[in-house]
Amino acid sequence: MKFAVCVFPGSNCDYDTYYVIRDLLGQDVSFVDHNTKRLNGFDCVVLPGGFSFGDYLRAGVLASKTPLGNAIVEYAQQGGLVLGICNGFQILTELHLLPGVLLRNENMTFLCRDVYLRIENNSLPFTRRFEKDEVIRLPIAHGEGRYYVPEEDLRVMEERGQVVLRYCDENGNINPSANPNGSSHNIAGVCNKEGNVFGLMPHPERACEDILGYRDGIILWHSLVA
Amino acid sequence: MKVRVLILPKKGLLDPEGRAVKEMLLDGGFDVKDVKVGKVVELEVGEGTDIKALVERYLVNPLVEEYVIE
Repeated sequence: MKFAVCVFPGSNCDYDTYYVIRDLLGQDVSFVDHNTKRLNGFDCVVLPGGFSFGDYLRAGVLASKTPLGNAIVEYAQQGGLVLGICNGFQILTELHLLPGVLLRNENMTFLCRDVYLRIENNSLPFTRRFEKDEVIRLPIAHGEGRYYVPEEDLRVMEERGQVVLRYCDENGNINPSANPNGSSHNIAGVCNKEGNVFGLMPHPERACEDILGYRDGIILWHSLVA
Repeated sequence: MKVRVLILPKKGLLDPEGRAVKEMLLDGGFDVKDVKVGKVVELEVGEGTDIKALVERYLVNPLVEEYVIE
């Protein structure tokens, strides 16, 4: 497969993502910068974490107004696979490729720690190597990760299986104490209704090798190339 | 032409920044019922600029924010 890793001014997980795709997955990967107007010839486009354009105005909004932002929309509308991690997830909501928005964490602090997550939908190209309801552990690192979507929209999303990941406890229970940032219904990751665009706040690229203490993240990447 | 846009979190939406400021003010002994923290964007634009389009397309997210143009 040929992957693109999007680089906006302020992206800082771009090299981690590139490393996982090239060195651990053994796939072809290129960086594309924010002035890129067309995404031709790629099988998957990844928006990595970071602080695009300093997160000014709202996290992700300035990145969404770049030529690359338009190219991502065009690519996604043609059915291309798009994965947004952390700041990439924020950008995908600002591009309206994913429903909802990411707001300041409920407790106002920047969170940098591990969380448990439950796989709510394992039928996507991004999650097919996971089991349904499997509990995994990934790191989070964000100040604006509180997922919000109006309740009426959420009902439709639930019916379509668009809620892909939820914060849970070690045993897979979804409860408020397992919710690190105050997200609606513990939501940590969602997809579009077609299932080709997926965004999540945790960082799967940081959990791919034993040396880091866990490798649940690599399963997501293997799902893509399966 | 100078334009000022006031952007505030929508009513009813949790505003952690406003809550933190309110708690600090209450601790300081002030009788404060509510605090909302938003932002101001000052623009200098050409005559005939479609301010509403500019604001709605770029500056606010209508899901969670409301705005006033001055």
